[in-house]
Parts: sequence; structure tokens; C-alpha cells
Amino acid sequence: MVTQAGPSRARPLWVACALGVLAVSMIAALLDGAADISPWQVVLQVVDWLPFTEVDSGLAPVEQGLLFELRLPRVLVAAVVGGLLAMAGAGYQGVFRNPLADPYLLGAAAGAGLAATAAIVLLPSVAGSIPVAAFLGAVGGVFLAYTLGNTAGRAGGTATLVLAGVAVTSFLTAIQTFVQQFKVEELQRIYSWILGDVGGGWDQLWLVLPYAAVSAVLLLLHGRMLDVLSVGDEEATSLGLRAARVRLMVLIAASLATAAAVAVSGLIGFVGIVVPHVVRRIAGGSYRIVLPLSLIGGAAFLVLADLVARTVIAPAELPIGVVTMFVGAPFFVAVLRMTRRAGT
Amino acid sequence: MRPVRTAFAGALLGTLLLAGCGQGGTTTTASAPTTTAPASSPGAFPVTIEAGNGKVTITKKPERIVSLSATHTETLFAIGAGPQVIAVDEQSNYPPEAPKTDLSGFKPNVEAIVAQKPDLVIVSDDLDKVVAELGKVNVPVLLQPAATKLDEAYEEIAELGAATGNQAKADEVVAGMKAAIDELAAKAPKDKRLTYYHELDTTPYAATSKTFLGQIYGLFGLTNIADKAPDAAGGYPKLSAEFVAQADPDLIFLADVKCCRQSKDTLAERPGWQNLSAIKNDQVVQLDDDIASRWGPRVVDLAEAIGAAVSKAGTS
Repeated sequence: MVTQAGPSRARPLWVACALGVLAVSMIAALLDGAADISPWQVVLQVVDWLPFTEVDSGLAPVEQGLLFELRLPRVLVAAVVGGLLAMAGAGYQGVFRNPLADPYLLGAAAGAGLAATAAIVLLPSVAGSIPVAAFLGAVGGVFLAYTLGNTAGRAGGTATLVLAGVAVTSFLTAIQTFVQQFKVEELQRIYSWILGDVGGGWDQLWLVLPYAAVSAVLLLLHGRMLDVLSVGDEEATSLGLRAARVRLMVLIAASLATAAAVAVSGLIGFVGIVVPHVVRRIAGGSYRIVLPLSLIGGAAFLVLADLVARTVIAPAELPIGVVTMFVGAPFFVAVLRMTRRAGT
Repeated sequence: MRPVRTAFAGALLGTLLLAGCGQGGTTTTASAPTTTAPASSPGAFPVTIEAGNGKVTITKKPERIVSLSATHTETLFAIGAGPQVIAVDEQSNYPPEAPKTDLSGFKPNVEAIVAQKPDLVIVSDDLDKVVAELGKVNVPVLLQPAATKLDEAYEEIAELGAATGNQAKADEVVAGMKAAIDELAAKAPKDKRLTYYHELDTTPYAATSKTFLGQIYGLFGLTNIADKAPDAAGGYPKLSAEFVAQADPDLIFLADVKCCRQSKDTLAERPGWQNLSAIKNDQVVQLDDDIASRWGPRVVDLAEAIGAAVSKAGTS
């Protein structure tokens, strides 16, 4: 097999290190926010929440409530969503063997955008209709792209699949814009949703966790097979791997992760491209290490991005998507330049 | 070595984020409309109006007016120009007798507007260069942008009066509005120093005191919690839910009742908001979204709703 000895031996160390970064990000994100509460009081309050401890943080019930109901779940949702998007990005990049593949490539974002817009316009009074619609829309978008890709080209051909994704994205976005024209007064809400938000509270966390767990387990189990796939389909087949089946499994898992993330947070761009690339440059290209580190690194990245979004112009907030794109867009160009120079 | 490199990369990423986003919040503020009171005598044509699109001369009393702005539609009917109005845009839902059409003020279709054979078109935004396009076919257009102060709203009403030959009635409407709002503001108890939060959208977007709406609340001696948001947010900041919870305003005004079905109950369901005093003390006011977003004669209705809420909060 290919030389994967190095990364796999260093793997536990890497994961421990990344978990440390994530823990620091999460603590930082818990300590600061738009509400004027001293970090020390937050620390005391967190200690108070821990089992078997009782500390007086001196915080009023309203402030305790906002820490527990707003800030804590927000940090956790940001971590889960960031992890899912980055891991899905790594998965897609493995399947397509293209460093620029991202979680929204196959029409997931456009499908979710259209469905969420439809929910905002048609079911304004149904609570929880937006996340459900976004989830179904994202899955629908990918399914459409996959079906079209398979009918149009050779089964499993990744280039055709990407092109089908582009076509589906354009088409669904056009319908979404068309629908918006009839509900001008909803533009603000649609726009807000598109720019992303992780402030939904505990409900959002419970909503996303089961899908997150399933997709993470599926993707992490396929890391080794993606490594084998990266040497080429024929070699992989000669090593006894059913390339098309592995691709489909990873596609399903990554799409599930994307759909779950989109459902609770809207469209948050560039996490899925930026994080796997940083990981690859630091820890090497083996998917056995890229997938878990993307999961943890993506979580840390989005927690920090959300911290910036909610503190930089506090008490006003920036949409989190603006923050991730602000960092992501220049990075994207840098990746383009690097990959071109490398001739891949 | 490797852990050090990872930590370094993490720190670098964080710094990059912080550095990059410090500059991200700039927004251009909308330019204030430059309008002056009409110079000509009431009802006499031609008149020249100093509108948002410069000096507009109307040679004779317009009989086929098209309004592409819900606010100005309300004004036209209030000042007695209703019979002259032949078509209004799809957003103009008040008064009910307004001749609503599928014309869009958001995406104006010049051909469709011209097909109505208007002798005056009134818009509040120059979207898709509609002013220039209508100018090419010699249709007079009055651009009366959203008012940022009450005085601007009064001026626009007076100007619409002059432009449509209803100057006397328009002046009467303005005088009535001024008197009513002054009276309401004078009645409000101001000793309690109440704070408020005006919500435009569930996200939650708010309006600061710098906006037209904020100015009206200011007349009632209320303090706006959104004013702590930096200017870069442009008068309509997306507030942090955390901040609203901590600020715990005495009064909450909802302008997202029709659009998003918000109420005291839906606010109480939001994470971390259930203990807000405005919710506990029943000081959540459901406004009419339309009245709370237009700068026409029904501003008085908005002032009444605010005045009633302030009185209730002041006595409880």
C-alpha cells in the first residue's frame, strides 16, 4: 500500500492536540459575548453547573438563563455544525479527488435554499418548518444531482456528477429567486437565513446531533478506503475495493452531514473548503487523519467565527456566514494558486 | 514539534479571523432626501417640486396618478387625491379602495407603468433606474424617499398636496398629525425612564433612535436599548439575542406580527427570553407591521399605540 505509516502512527497525538485547540476555542467562546458578564463570573457559573459543585457566581437569574439558554447551546451548535461541514468537505474532496469540492457542490445549498424559502413564504406560522424543509431540500438537491449525473454520464463518473451539481444549483437557485419575487416582504428573512445563524438554542442541538453522529461514524469508517481510492480506481479495484460503492457511501454520509448542518444553521460558506486544507497542510493527506482532524478543526473554526460574529460589533451581530466567507474567500484563492503551481 | 505547529496554526487562524473581521462591519448609510417645501400657491399649476430626483415641474393637475409606494398611496388618499389615483403597486394595501394592481414597486416594469398612461408617477425608491426610464418617455416622476425624520414625512405630504392640486387638504392633514402626535407625546408619563426594544424581524433586527421610528419613540421619553449598537449597523442592527435578554427592556414593540406571527407567547419560547420583564409584566405590544413601516398619515396610529403602551407601563 501507499506510505501511510507516518500519519497513522502520529494520529492519537494529532487528535489530542486538535481537541485541545477545540477546548480552548469553546472556553473562549463561552467567556465572551454581547451580554456584559465578567469572564470570572462565567467560570464560577460553569463550575456551579457541574455536578456535585455549588458556587455562587453572583449572576442574576436572567443572566444565568442567558448563559445556559443562549450562549452555551450556541457554542455547542457552532461546534457541531462546523465539524459537520468541514468533515463533509473532506469527504467530498476525497470522492471527487478535487481539492476545491465543498459540501454545497452537489446542489445541497441550492436545494436547502429553495426549500427554506418556500417554507418562509408558504408556512410562516408553522414552527420548525424551516429546518425540516432545509434538511429535505438539501437531501433532495443532492439526490437530483446524483440521479441526473448518473443518467447523463457513466455511472460513478465524478466529472459528470459535478456538472450535474452545477446545473441543479443554477436551476434551483433560479426557482428560489422566482419565488422571492412574489414575497418581497420576506426578503429580509430569506437573506438572514442564507447568511447563516447558529443561535437556535438547545432544540437545534438535539435536532442535529443524531444525524451528526451517524454521518460522522460513517465518514470516519471510510477514511482508509478513501486513501486507497486516491491512488486511482483501477489500482483500488485490484486491491479488492469496490470503488463505486465506497464513493456512494461517502457521498451519502457527507450529504447527510451537510443537510443536518444546513438545517440548523442556514448556509455557512467556506468552512468545508478551508478546514480540510489547513488540516492537510499540517498533518498530511491521509484521509484517516484528514477526516477526524477536519471534524475537530471545523468545530473549533466555527466556534471562533461565531465568537467574532457576535462580539466584533456587539451588541449588534454579524451574520456568521459573512465571517467565514471573509476568511474563506482569500483562502480559496490561495488554494487555487497553490494547486495550480503544483500542477495538479 | 507537531503539537506546537498545530497550536501555531490555530493561533494564526484566530488572528486572521479577528484581523479580517474587524473591518467587516462597515455599511453605507442611506443619504437623506433633499426636499424643500413647494413654492407655488395652493392648487395653482404649473408647480415645481423639489423632490428626491431634483426639481420636477408639473404643468397641470394630474388626473392619472400611479403610486408605486405603499406610504404615498396612503398619503394620496388621506389628502383627497384618491380619485386621481388610477393604479397602485401590489404592496399598497391601504386604504382598501386603492386601485391595487400587480405593478411592482420593488421591481418596477416601466412598460407596464407606461401602459397605465400616467401623468404622474410617485415612487419612494429609484429601483432599476425607473426615474430615468420614465423620464425618457416624458412621464413626470416624483421620488419621495423614506423619511428619516418626522419633519421630512410632513414635507413629503405637503409636497404631494402641491403636486396633485390638494395643497389645502394636505396642509390640514399635516397640521392634524402634528397636533395629535404632540398631544399624545405630552400625555405620556416620562418620569419612569422606560426602556424599549422595537423588533423588525425575528432574527432579531431592531431599529435605533437614529431611524424615523426611533425618533417617534423618542417623543415619548423612551430609551432605546438598540442604541448601544455601533453606527456601522446602519440604524437597523441585527442585535444579539443575548444582549436583548440582558438589557431586559421594559417595553417590547413587535413590528413582525403579520409577517412572522410574533407575539408575547412566541417571544417567551425563544431561548433565554422567558424571564424578560416585558413578557412577565405583559408589556409586549403587537404593532401593525404596515403602520410601523410607513411614514404617512397613519404615523398617528403608531404614536397612539406607543402612547397607550407607555401609559400602561407608567401606571402599572
